[in-house]
Amino acid sequence: MLGFNLLNLAIWVPILAGAAVLATGSDRNAGAARVIALVGAVLGFAVTLPLYARFDSLAGGFQFITIKPWIETFNVNYHLGIDGVSLLLILLNSFTTVLIVIAGWEVIRERVAQYMAAFLFLSGIMNGVFCALDALLFYVFFEATLIPMFVIIGMWGGPNRVYAAFKFFLYTLAGSLLSLVALIYLYNVSDGSFSLLDYYRLPLALVPQVLIFIAFMTSFAVKVPMWPVHTWLPDAHVEAPTGGSVVLAAIMLKLGAYGFIRLSLPITPDASHALAGFVIALSLVAVVYIGLVALVQADLKKLIAYSSISHMGFVTLGIFIFNPLGLEGAVIQMISHGFISGALFLCVGVLYDRMHSRQIADYGGVANTMPVFAALFMLFAMANSGLPGTSGFVGEFMVILGAVRTSFWYAAAAATTLVFGAAYTLWMYKRVIFGAVANRHVAGLADLNGREFVVLGLLALAVLVMGVWPNPFAEVLHASVNDLLAHVAQSKLR
Amino acid sequence: MHFITPLLPAYPELLLLAMVCVILVGDLFVTDDRRVVTYALTQAALIGCFLTTYLTAAVEPVTTFSGMFVDDLMADVLKLLTYLGVMVILVYSRPYLAARGMFRGEFFALVMFATLGMMVMISANHLLTLYLGLELLTLSLYAMVALQRDSAVATEAAMKYFVLGALASGMLLYGMSMLYGATGTLGIPQLADTILGGGARDVVLVFALVFVVAGLGFKLGAVPFHMWVPDVYHGAPTAVTVFIGSAPKLAAFAFIMRLLVQGLGAEQLLAEWQDMLILMAALSLAIGNVTAIAQTNLKRMLAYSTIGHMGFLLLGILSGDVVGYGAGMFYVVVYMLMNLGAFGMILLLSRAGFEAENLDDFKGLNQRSPWYAFLMLLLMFSMAGVPPTVGFYAKLSVLQAVISVGAGWSIPLAVFAVLFSLVGAYYYLRLVKLMYFDAPVDTAPIAPRMDVRVLLSLNGLFMLVFGIFPERLMWLCSYSIQVSL
Repeated sequence: MLGFNLLNLAIWVPILAGAAVLATGSDRNAGAARVIALVGAVLGFAVTLPLYARFDSLAGGFQFITIKPWIETFNVNYHLGIDGVSLLLILLNSFTTVLIVIAGWEVIRERVAQYMAAFLFLSGIMNGVFCALDALLFYVFFEATLIPMFVIIGMWGGPNRVYAAFKFFLYTLAGSLLSLVALIYLYNVSDGSFSLLDYYRLPLALVPQVLIFIAFMTSFAVKVPMWPVHTWLPDAHVEAPTGGSVVLAAIMLKLGAYGFIRLSLPITPDASHALAGFVIALSLVAVVYIGLVALVQADLKKLIAYSSISHMGFVTLGIFIFNPLGLEGAVIQMISHGFISGALFLCVGVLYDRMHSRQIADYGGVANTMPVFAALFMLFAMANSGLPGTSGFVGEFMVILGAVRTSFWYAAAAATTLVFGAAYTLWMYKRVIFGAVANRHVAGLADLNGREFVVLGLLALAVLVMGVWPNPFAEVLHASVNDLLAHVAQSKLR
Repeated sequence: MHFITPLLPAYPELLLLAMVCVILVGDLFVTDDRRVVTYALTQAALIGCFLTTYLTAAVEPVTTFSGMFVDDLMADVLKLLTYLGVMVILVYSRPYLAARGMFRGEFFALVMFATLGMMVMISANHLLTLYLGLELLTLSLYAMVALQRDSAVATEAAMKYFVLGALASGMLLYGMSMLYGATGTLGIPQLADTILGGGARDVVLVFALVFVVAGLGFKLGAVPFHMWVPDVYHGAPTAVTVFIGSAPKLAAFAFIMRLLVQGLGAEQLLAEWQDMLILMAALSLAIGNVTAIAQTNLKRMLAYSTIGHMGFLLLGILSGDVVGYGAGMFYVVVYMLMNLGAFGMILLLSRAGFEAENLDDFKGLNQRSPWYAFLMLLLMFSMAGVPPTVGFYAKLSVLQAVISVGAGWSIPLAVFAVLFSLVGAYYYLRLVKLMYFDAPVDTAPIAPRMDVRVLLSLNGLFMLVFGIFPERLMWLCSYSIQVSL
């Protein structure tokens, strides 16, 4: 028996729901598939809510711990537990899954059951990544996310989907295979344990630490993605169906950042300190250079993809400046970016479903025909450029404040995003939404339907609530972040 | 009956031998339309062997035939899996054989003889027994490859297989004769004792080792002795290819364990063959995986992928400790399961006058039959070693064995292996792409017999089931190695 544990439910409810959806079979039963998927997704979100309610935000360490022997030959345990960081990401993930099911309701007409099932599987697997306290379990979940995403991009994607799907899969696999070698090495030096908690306590000399750090980093940097291994992301985003883009941007990229927080920092603290400058440099390049790259994009999805990379630069920057403000800001930024980038991709999806074009040049004057959409899109664009009062501001501001304490120049470089971010987002917004009606296709656009309004409305609510009152999000982080930083401050060298 | 009891360890072999004779003779009295009787007898014989082995299985090794034959737990487990493999192969290939006029008594007799050969190899405790088993197996295989005598490709493959196989056997024999010259014995435990006692000249032993390893490399299909693999896999009828590619690999593993580990496992020799195997493993991983990318024929692709997998198997063995051998055994068992499934799919899609052996024949399988596409997806991801499929744990345990050696080459070798498994992932993914992302070319309905449907489904789902609960199988392999060495 696995025993009753909310984390088990968070992982397995979506996966079982996915299996049930898959069982409906061909498109003759598409209606049933949609309903089961929605029920499964809502149920999956519902079982994560008690986690927040019962989470003790004053306690450090891990909560809701389950530990059961899994592969005794290798001393692998089914070991689950969460801290504040995982809690928020699990909530974000389960919430996003509901939105994706609704967003794909009528848009997906072919192989509906497989589409819905893939997202439900993905949701459960990613919750698994956020819960795992056993390195092998973590790796298994981390890798398993590739299979549904590969299928999603390849089956429901755009014209160049095969290339994008392969690039996505091979890039990420290349990264994570090296971290597998690092994990096996750790297993051997820790006398046969795969427990992350054992690894946290394991003393390591600097050279192995640096090598392990680099192995982890190849895996997580690809996932985040950090400059210069980001090139798979624009391709994957452009070709993926709307739901795929949303999951990629909102959750999957966070797996990388989460890996830094859960594995790299606590297992190799000295290497993290030693190489922090390097990671920060890459992060700042992402923030500044990728921000400029976003400026010149002609494709809506590509623009948002580059904007994602730039915003994720903030996250890695916040993680590697090693102060509570920066790290908390990084996590807040992860959640906020989940809402905002998800919303922006959904907005592009709304336009694409009507016009079948993602080129900015094909649009213009959409505000005239889709006023409600224009208003919501405006909110998300503002949030993306970091307007105070939206969630986008909170995380970026905290990271910049944290960076000032380390070095003024880090903060100065990071702060340029407030200019570039506003520039590329608002300029894009202006070209698409304002002005005279560009052509007869735009003139024929219909405004949001009820389903789309619900999805975007929920996200708008989340963006505003988090922007105005971030405390419920931040308070669960304090203890976990302080715990982690205290741990990272201690040298593991002996 | 007291004179029969000492033969207890060999009961399964004796039973199978008796049954082959029954089938050989009995088949003469069976008309073509009643051939299913032969088929049923063969399956019954295998089930009988399975029960006999299962019931006589014991943790303590027992020897018979003056110590030339041993029955230990490793032998029992490998034999049980061999019977299972052969039974599944017979089920999968029955429609294929029937459609091509190969559903004849000879096929079953050859399959049984080959199985007997494998069993003898697995239980050999003497170089002669080992060689006897090997020849019984390979001679049956040569004949099976050439069974479609009108097919030029098959005949060519059989010829190639025979010539290279005979060469390999020659090398092996030469190595064995040198071992005999150096130690004065052919019994495997005695060989090990003599070497440990320092009663043999190292130079001769190392020479012998080179020949033995070369012979093993041929049989296993490891680079640089792999030339026959793609041609034989491609040329042989698919029903024979699946046979060559699955159960004999278990026997080859046992062969390596008996000869290299139990016979020549002394420390100074271990270091020697470790170096040779490192080279063979690295080359197999590189050449197998890279060349597989260029293939358009699925059987050839799987042949090169086999070479890559043999590289992984060697990684486990070259670790040179119980952990490594256990990992190697787990790998080869998993490999057999994956291979059975993948070739089972080819057999499933083939029909009278049509061989589904090109990659393009799998196009759009998801639209033709989502279930079989899903099974093949599991098999392919398992071969690529992506969790949560069992192939991942096979790779994991092998890599763990390599790294746990802690030598200077451990981590570079593990990284090398991992990089080439990434290359391997590409061509497995390509098949997934064809099945899921492309439109079907061939639209013939897929309606297999019930037994094929059930077994193939189980076979595919095992990838997932053992992927989520790998513990039992892993434990079985490492435990049986532990108590047998």
